[in-house]
Amino acid sequence: MQNIFKILIITLVVATLSSCSSKDSPNYEYMPNMYRSIPYDAYGEYDVFEKGHSALIPPAGTIARGYTLFDYENTTSGYELAKKNLKSPFSSSDIDLKKGKELYNIYCAVCHGSKGDGQGILMKREKILGIPSYSDVGRSISEGSIYHTIFYGKNSMGSYANQLDDHERWLVTHYVLKLKSDLEN
Amino acid sequence: MNKKYKKVNPNSYFIKNSTNFLTTTVGKIILTFALIFSVSSFAQDLDLVQGKALFNANCAACHKLDKKMTGPALRGVQDRLLKDEGLDKEWMYSWIRNSASLIKSGDDYSNKIYAEYNGSAMTAFPQLSDSEIDNILAYTAQEKAIPVVNTVQAVPANGNSSSGISNEIILGAFAFVFLLLALGLFLVNKTLRSFAVQSNIELPKTNKSSRKPLWKAFVDNQFLMLCSAILMLLVSAYFVYGFLMQIGVNQGYEPVQPIHYSHKIHAGDNEIDCKYCHSSARVSKHSGIPSLNVCMNCHKTIYEYNGETTEEYSKEFYDGEIQKLYKAVGWDDEEQEYTGETQAVKWVRIHNLPDFAYFNHAQHVSVAGIECQTCHGPVEEMEIMYQYSPLTMGWCINCHRETNVKVKDNQYYEKIHEQLSQKYGVDKLTAAQMGGLECGKCHY
Repeated sequence: MQNIFKILIITLVVATLSSCSSKDSPNYEYMPNMYRSIPYDAYGEYDVFEKGHSALIPPAGTIARGYTLFDYENTTSGYELAKKNLKSPFSSSDIDLKKGKELYNIYCAVCHGSKGDGQGILMKREKILGIPSYSDVGRSISEGSIYHTIFYGKNSMGSYANQLDDHERWLVTHYVLKLKSDLEN
Repeated sequence: MNKKYKKVNPNSYFIKNSTNFLTTTVGKIILTFALIFSVSSFAQDLDLVQGKALFNANCAACHKLDKKMTGPALRGVQDRLLKDEGLDKEWMYSWIRNSASLIKSGDDYSNKIYAEYNGSAMTAFPQLSDSEIDNILAYTAQEKAIPVVNTVQAVPANGNSSSGISNEIILGAFAFVFLLLALGLFLVNKTLRSFAVQSNIELPKTNKSSRKPLWKAFVDNQFLMLCSAILMLLVSAYFVYGFLMQIGVNQGYEPVQPIHYSHKIHAGDNEIDCKYCHSSARVSKHSGIPSLNVCMNCHKTIYEYNGETTEEYSKEFYDGEIQKLYKAVGWDDEEQEYTGETQAVKWVRIHNLPDFAYFNHAQHVSVAGIECQTCHGPVEEMEIMYQYSPLTMGWCINCHRETNVKVKDNQYYEKIHEQLSQKYGVDKLTAAQMGGLECGKCHY
């Protein structure tokens, strides 16, 4: 009888110990006050913020460092205006097609295809349809309209202003222009 | 292209035509001929396959057949316009080829639809010919296919569950057989004993007190005791060390997230680059949890899941997860607009370095050009994200010792690389030789 009792205690101890190491919850830490940061972490949850989390939308009327004002409106007329008037601030030495290609392949090629012909993998798998080729006559694109589209998005395409900063947007714009001329020739 | 289109009452259309018939016989002959000709050509040239291809290539960016998107749903658009607005095919042609000029010309319905969709202009398609537009319209005029009942899906599901049940049945049967055996042995023992008692056979009695117990013999043997004590100490030291070393290590941590986001579908099946969503990994310390607008770049259009499913992760399950996203970001999928009612999604952080260790994603991703998978493992195969690497200091150091610094196209490193490789007498420097083991690099 005593033996059974002992075995029962051992299994209980083993069971409690093993149940502590669950995949769903994080492990113990040696000294939590050295592990957890005192300053506010990015994406942290803190009561001090209005919505309870430290990820915030920039206050209205402010511009993040490295960004500049973009005067063209997110409307069809703004698009037409940008298409006509907006010119790239890059000098020929600023154009870095290699970097532009790298960014293009990350952000654009999933839909527009690595050649800009609208044959990206999401198109091929019929997830997103109707992606035009850059050489499409019906929608002639200029550097201004490309930049405007990256900034605000157009039709089903969303804005990429938060994934690419000013400089990177122009890098991509110039790479798109290159793809366009490649397609047309 | 600037001609105005009269609104025609579909009923009066034929009446007017019939008056035409009556006016001149010549006109009648020509018209009937033309009608017959147009009808026959209509029937011959309609190419649904081409229509679908053209629709997918040109229209599907903004229009779905049965669902409002950037533009209206297009199933049966020609019939609808003719019936409700009295607009004929000519109107369709000119609208598709150049909607802007039609709007400018003051056409009623054009301006109405332009205003209804918040002034988003439809792209002009001057390259489409009449017959191509006819094909597209024929494609949109098709009846909606009745969704096929998923009998195919149900069969393997039954098969799977039945195999699960049969396993359980087999195990249960085994358990039952063993139980019967044990019972049988017990009964046999009992009957044999009762036989023995009946026939007066004396059973050999176990004499517990006279025999020396095993444990006492063991204790008396000092050599055995010493050996086993050492063994016990070593084994327990091994386990204690193992236990202490895994404290604070979260390898394999796989929490339940508020929205079931499958990296397998996004990064694996659809080959979306890691940095598409985790864009700040290129430029910042953090790799960044993408804000929901990044999800909506695609999910504005993709409102349902059409890929492979399993019993656990069905289409309904995945569609439900997309609905969770819509709810959090405040997207009304019916009306195709944001409601402004948003909720924060409380993602559970998996990879978490202690505060006393500094790690910078940009340095590793952009400067060193290391693949995300080097540390995060085969994320593109993970249905549920988990921590692949231990993220211990020993693990960091090991990689710094083994990995060569990428100096190509990096002017900043070129000079220092030259000097240091001379100092160490090597061709290629490892991260460690460039100072990747200095305490202050990560702990300050």
